[in-house]
Amino acid sequence: MEPLIRLVSVSKVYQMGDIRIRALHSAGLDILPGEMVAVKGPSGSGKSTLMNILGCLDRPTSGQFFLNGRDVANFTADELARTRNQLIGFVFQGFNLLPRTSALENVELPLLYSGTPQKQARKLAVDALTRMGLAERIEHLPNQLSGGQQQRVAIARALVTHPKVILADEPTGNLDTLTSLEVMAVFQELNRNGITIILITHESDIALYARRVLSLRDGRISRDEAVAPRDAMIDLEEVRRQKKTEETDDDDH
Amino acid sequence: MMITRLVNVAVRAIRRNKMRSSLTMLGIIIGVATVVAMVGIGEGASSTVQNQIAAMGDNVLMVMSGGWNRGGVRGGTGSRHTLTLEDVDAIRARAPSVALVAAMTRSSAQVVAGNLNWPTGIIGTTPDYFTIRDMRVTQGRLFTTAENNSASKVCVIGTTVAENLFPGSDPVGAIIRVKNLPFTVIGVLESKGSSPFGGDQDDTLIAPLLTVQRRITGSTTIHMIFCSALSRQDTPQASEQITTILRSMHRLEKSEDDDFFVRTQTDIASTAESVTGVMTMMLGSIAAVSLLVGGIGIMNIMLVSVTERTREIGIRMAVGARPRDILWQFLVEAIVLSLIGGVIGVALGYGICEAVSKIAGWSTLVTTQTIILAMGFASLVGVFFGFYPARKAARLDPIVALHYE
Ligand SMILES: Nc1ncnc2c1ncn2[C@@H]1O[C@H](COP(=O)(O)OP(=O)(O)O)[C@@H](O)[C@H]1O
Ligand SMILES: [Mg+2]
Repeated sequence: MEPLIRLVSVSKVYQMGDIRIRALHSAGLDILPGEMVAVKGPSGSGKSTLMNILGCLDRPTSGQFFLNGRDVANFTADELARTRNQLIGFVFQGFNLLPRTSALENVELPLLYSGTPQKQARKLAVDALTRMGLAERIEHLPNQLSGGQQQRVAIARALVTHPKVILADEPTGNLDTLTSLEVMAVFQELNRNGITIILITHESDIALYARRVLSLRDGRISRDEAVAPRDAMIDLEEVRRQKKTEETDDDDH
Repeated sequence: MMITRLVNVAVRAIRRNKMRSSLTMLGIIIGVATVVAMVGIGEGASSTVQNQIAAMGDNVLMVMSGGWNRGGVRGGTGSRHTLTLEDVDAIRARAPSVALVAAMTRSSAQVVAGNLNWPTGIIGTTPDYFTIRDMRVTQGRLFTTAENNSASKVCVIGTTVAENLFPGSDPVGAIIRVKNLPFTVIGVLESKGSSPFGGDQDDTLIAPLLTVQRRITGSTTIHMIFCSALSRQDTPQASEQITTILRSMHRLEKSEDDDFFVRTQTDIASTAESVTGVMTMMLGSIAAVSLLVGGIGIMNIMLVSVTERTREIGIRMAVGARPRDILWQFLVEAIVLSLIGGVIGVALGYGICEAVSKIAGWSTLVTTQTIILAMGFASLVGVFFGFYPARKAARLDPIVALHYE
């Protein structure tokens, strides 16, 4: 199968005055359509740098990045924007929803830039939010939603253009265990439906839900292993059950 | 993106931060209101002048004595009295483009009726004067050629004189004493209001020329000759004919300058127009400066807004906005703000004009042209001062923008 993502000896160097920081060091990588990959590593190891390159937000200093078989180095700024719009969906640690803007309008945002007619955009956005279990909350503003709900709005926004890949940079970083599991269950569900998921995390237990784990160290890919993923749904139910018994225990006292 | 969606996005952004939006608009509102008010006042003044001049008749010519001194310094109008009744007859007889001619002499006196008195201008003239200047009576009648020829002691008076000498009573048939000479009031003139140059045209007493010359001034001096051309189009020819006739009557050599002036209404109108035009221009440029200041205000707040919304810009770029989409977003926002500000400013400026008319009694005129000008200026200011912040937004690096705190 043709890889969705192919990195050939990609390096990223930040020049800060006299200091050169090699954030990514000759990274080589193939990711096939339909994979669910976790990228883990300590802080400063280059995870976000990798993510920015994969997301066409940044260009490598050297090396080649093929997306869907095309060399991104040749893309114009507009093509990069179109690629971000149609091939890629982003989910961020901080949700990055537009403040004072309803869930619906946030989800409609990518469709504004794909030239989707307004009526159709509305329908697609409502569908994506419904899929995320937020049908009742489409008019809510971000500050009227919980962290987990906000992240699901962000996922709906990432999904609404039917991208090939979702890039998530520490999507559970701001969430508690239960909500993190909910979000992981959503990603696993999306992955089962064929969307490639690449998620960045520094929490090892989140990486357990991926089928492939990349480890980054000092800008190099130090390990790349296939694993048997846990099922987030099962773990979620387990945690919920535990919580319930704790509560009933509390009631007994 | 389609323009309607751009506007939609802009309107939503404006609504999302009402405080910032109103601050941004404030400069434009003040600027546009100033433009509309200033130009409105200027145009009002100018149209008043135009109307007054039109009311005087656009085929009227006035001949005044006076001329150029040898040194090239102009003598004051009427400084030498060179016009005579023979000149009047010559014009009447020999100028084919002239319809009517009336000689006029001027004086002033304290006029008395009963125990009331009033200082006013006295005009001595012939009945054609009324026709030339389109003057009518509201009460009584005008005097006749026969009354002029017989130097009858009759007069017609303007409304100002009537109000001051005959408050609450009918002046027609009453006696006014001018320099101790009794005149019978035979008519009251229709009000003409103030002249283009500020004088009260109703503060006047008009009597037959011969009566005034013989009994009041005691001289045959003629101050002015009023003529009417056959039509407005004939005015230039009439002016030329009068000049030729008077030069020959006054036996002026080729090398000598005219010892009289011929003034047409068009001359006066263009003088008045240039005066009020300068006034409108001056008021307009003051207003334009305030609009410019408003524009700088827009730019300032838009720049702050771009900084405040850096993360929003990053998010938009991440989900697929091209640099030009961001540019347009901010540009359209600036334009929409300017236009809304413009509409409010026009309304405010119009209100100011109305208030000025009511309170100060000046006539003001807000034309569609002024409104279009102000709105056009406002949107231009929006484009001009919105562009720099918009370009700044469009050039942001998406990664930097996304992680901006
Ligand atoms: N814009 C930048 N300018 C300079 N150095 C940077 C920049 N972005 C990241 N770095 C550096 O590159 C390295 C990798 O950063 P990053 O990819 O953010 O790591 P991670 O996401 O794994 O914490 C770090 O040393 C970081 O300081
Ligand atoms: Mg990071």
